[in-house]
Amino acid sequence: MGRSVLLIEDEPNIIEAISFLLERDGWTVRIHSDGPGAVEAVTRTAPDVVILDVMLPGRSGFDILRDLRVSDQTKDLPVLMLTARGQTKDRELARSYGVSKFMTKPFSNDEMVRTVRALADGCEPVLSDDDAQGTEPS
Amino acid sequence: MVAFNILVFVAIGYVVLLFGIAAFADQRARRGASKWLRSPLTYTLSLSVYCTAWTFYGAVGNAARSGLEYLTIYLGPTLVFLGWWWILRKLVRIGRAERITSIADLISSRYGKSTSLAALVTVLAVTGTTPYIALQLQSVTLSFAVFANASAETAAAQWQASDLNSTALYVAAGLAVFTILFGTRNLDANERHHGVVTAIAIEAVVKLVALIAVGLFVIWGVSGGLSDTLQMIEASPVANWSPDAGRWVGLTFLSATAVICLPRMFQVLVVENADERHLAIASWAFPLYLLAMSLFVVPIAVVGIALMPDGSNPDLFVLTIPLALDQEGLAVLAFLGGFSSATSMVIVASIALSTMVSNHIVIPLWLSMRSSGATVSGDVRSVVIMSRRVSIVAILGLGYLYYRVTGGSAALSSIGLVSFAGVAQVFPALMGALFWRGASRSGAMAGVVTGFVIWGYTLFIPAIGLLPVSVVEFGPFGLGFLRPQALFGITGMDPLVHSIFWSMMLNAGVFVLVSLLSFPGPLERLQGASFANVFERSSGASGWSGGQAESEDLLVMAQRLLGARDAQELFQTAAQLQGKAGYLPDPTPEFVDTVERKLAGSVGAATAHAMVSQINGQAAITVQDLLAVADESAQMLEYSSALEAKSTELEQTARQLRYANEKLTEISVQKDAFLSQVSHELRTPMTSIRSFSEFLMEGGMSGEDRTRYSRIIHDESVRLTRLLDDLLDLSVLESGQVVLNEQAGMLHDLLDQAEASAGMRDGSPLKILRTRSSEELPVFTDTDRLTQVFINLISNAQKYCDADQPQLHIKTRQRDQRIELDFIDNGTGIPTRQQSVIFEKFSRLTNTAAAGSAGLGLAISREIIQRLGGSISYLPGQGGAAFRIELPARVENAEFASDGQDALADQITAKSASA
Repeated sequence: MGRSVLLIEDEPNIIEAISFLLERDGWTVRIHSDGPGAVEAVTRTAPDVVILDVMLPGRSGFDILRDLRVSDQTKDLPVLMLTARGQTKDRELARSYGVSKFMTKPFSNDEMVRTVRALADGCEPVLSDDDAQGTEPS
Repeated sequence: MVAFNILVFVAIGYVVLLFGIAAFADQRARRGASKWLRSPLTYTLSLSVYCTAWTFYGAVGNAARSGLEYLTIYLGPTLVFLGWWWILRKLVRIGRAERITSIADLISSRYGKSTSLAALVTVLAVTGTTPYIALQLQSVTLSFAVFANASAETAAAQWQASDLNSTALYVAAGLAVFTILFGTRNLDANERHHGVVTAIAIEAVVKLVALIAVGLFVIWGVSGGLSDTLQMIEASPVANWSPDAGRWVGLTFLSATAVICLPRMFQVLVVENADERHLAIASWAFPLYLLAMSLFVVPIAVVGIALMPDGSNPDLFVLTIPLALDQEGLAVLAFLGGFSSATSMVIVASIALSTMVSNHIVIPLWLSMRSSGATVSGDVRSVVIMSRRVSIVAILGLGYLYYRVTGGSAALSSIGLVSFAGVAQVFPALMGALFWRGASRSGAMAGVVTGFVIWGYTLFIPAIGLLPVSVVEFGPFGLGFLRPQALFGITGMDPLVHSIFWSMMLNAGVFVLVSLLSFPGPLERLQGASFANVFERSSGASGWSGGQAESEDLLVMAQRLLGARDAQELFQTAAQLQGKAGYLPDPTPEFVDTVERKLAGSVGAATAHAMVSQINGQAAITVQDLLAVADESAQMLEYSSALEAKSTELEQTARQLRYANEKLTEISVQKDAFLSQVSHELRTPMTSIRSFSEFLMEGGMSGEDRTRYSRIIHDESVRLTRLLDDLLDLSVLESGQVVLNEQAGMLHDLLDQAEASAGMRDGSPLKILRTRSSEELPVFTDTDRLTQVFINLISNAQKYCDADQPQLHIKTRQRDQRIELDFIDNGTGIPTRQQSVIFEKFSRLTNTAAAGSAGLGLAISREIIQRLGGSISYLPGQGGAAFRIELPARVENAEFASDGQDALADQITAKSASA
């Protein structure tokens, strides 16, 4: 059985893109598309990597991350956080809550795949310059 | 023989010399180079003003008449200086601390600044001193007469009484001029007269040298040596003199009190004192001086008795012995000695008395006569100087008058004793002032009055012969117990001792009794404490450091009130003007005035005066001062309440600012949130576009997938475009730069148009219910913009109405001057807590893709309706989502020219721009 990813995201097109991308790479992709219940979904599905959007209906990605880091079961779980807001303070907030990796939308497919793989392998992902610099408009 | 004219020249020349010395000393003092002026030697010599013509001439006369009794006059001061110098020290310390200008000032200052007491003491002092001045006039006149008679060729040229009188007048006038020139040239806050003191010190040397010279001449030139002189003394009646214990004690006591109480002694001892430490030296040096003065009195007297013809005046032996033996040079020296003794006494006494008279009688009277009070200081100064000059003339005039009244006949020493006894009446009140905190004003007043009256009745009036013999013999109205020289039937006493006994006894008794019975006022208690404890509050016996300490105190205070920089600048400038380096100018009256005025600017005149007075010790704070301070405090209270109001106002402004700041911060946060939202709205479609275009770029996928992904890319691009359109639209609307294109239209047409635009979108299931008849309303507005709002509301219903058979009910009606349009659907509506945010930007309630917009629609609608002069709001309680638009009912005025319409449009634009 292959490794699994839980994608917590509410944008249908992005869900479709990431699902297609990762499934093609051999991952089992499960979807949870709103804030409430996300933590429960993680516990239930026990994925190898969680991809977590910041702006979710009902509950913010930060709150979900915080809850994940409190529970023993999920405190070391690799979490890749995605945001389209691109504010420095979001990145810092995520870091302080113990995010494994923080990416700003839009991302390249290749980068997404490499990042998820690296997180699942428990090593620091090799990032493109683009992401390492954290493209932040504001 | 020395020509009389030459003697006159010598006398005048001597006076001119003194004048020069005094002028020089004054000049030095003004330049601040007054070190030698303030030496203990000068101080000690100036104290010799005690030794007047009475001592110079009269002591010999006294010795010739009453043996060693003359010694009592020296004994009293010697005892005081050697044994009681701590009393003097206290006196000097108080004088310094309280800026005392005279003995009357001291007494009144201690007893609650009593004007009446000061006036009483002044009157007493003037009365007591007048015989004394007369005595000096008499001695100078007699000494002139001695020379005149000695040089007279014929008996006819001998001086007559009229010659004596005119001489006395000339002497009095001359002394008045000299005193006025030096005593009242300017007003010194300290009442110090450097020039005069220096001249007095020189005169002290002259009289000592003259007396010793005559003494040496008498011993070695006349009687042939010390042993021969002693033998002569043994043989003379002086040796047979037996002391009268009463007189001895009484006179010693009298001279002891006199050295403290005499106005002129107080002047040189306390007022002119430049350094308290000088007193320590004077305490032995002055008795030494007195000893030197008294050393040759007996030899001169004995030789005079032996040498001079019977009936010659022993008071003039000092002069007549050299003259008789043709020692003209010595005689002139002796004359100058006597002249010095007399003039120094008259000058100092009249300065002291004139200060008292002007400060405690003339000025209070003048002030009480002026209704406006003394507000102009320059005014007061000229009045003070004038009143002093007049006082000097008056005092010397009184002296002259006394001389004329008594006929110049009385023995010098007895005149002096009358004076001593008079001024001694101040003694109980003075001692009470220094040592007894319980002493009260009423007590002092009663005591002084009692003593004064008894002295006048028992000694002064009999002495000038104004009392009828019957009264002296049998008492007034035959009341024997009231005989002036045998009060209460006590007879057999020496009249002088009798007077001293009764006056001092009753004076002190009444003083103590009344003090015990009366209750001192608050100011009296304050002053009483500060007098009694003067050593506790002033700083040790370090003395006065030439005004430095005082300037420093002023600086410390000024810094506190004016701020360090301003105060230092003020002081430095003043110091530079005085030719001094640093920050501490001499506390001249001008400078102290300046400081006071500066301070008045910040704390008010009365407070400033009180504060400065505290520091330079000029005066105790009077009740008036306190009242003025209270007045100022009241004013300041007013200021302070005004300030409080101001401060409230400021606080309010601060609150408004804080509010504005919060608002701005909030706006800033909103702006950040907005940008963040815009970023999100832009990046989300971008993410899909990038991702799917990368898939497409890879190739190798089915045609179906390719079409599907291309469609997603297309839709997301459209979404992006729409978002950008909305953003631009909103920014134009919000910035107020939108130009409304107003035109006439019918409401139902606009709604039709909107329905068509929205309905064209992929055959919506939404059913729109309208009542056409109510929509027949003409409007004059920007119809395109209004239609845009309708489209937004209809498409919202299409997107969000969650009913199975979605319906949108559009109700239209006109109410007064307003048109109301309600858009109500049959869905579940918007939750109450979200109703307040739906008009905010990006307040999309469901996810973006489903809505297909960024959540700017209602924000844009609100902006548009506001620009059109109406309002849009959520209408709760209608079942589904309900919005109400209110618009002003305006119709086109067809008569308006097209440019009139433009003007209206411009007006609206302008209005919206300013909104």
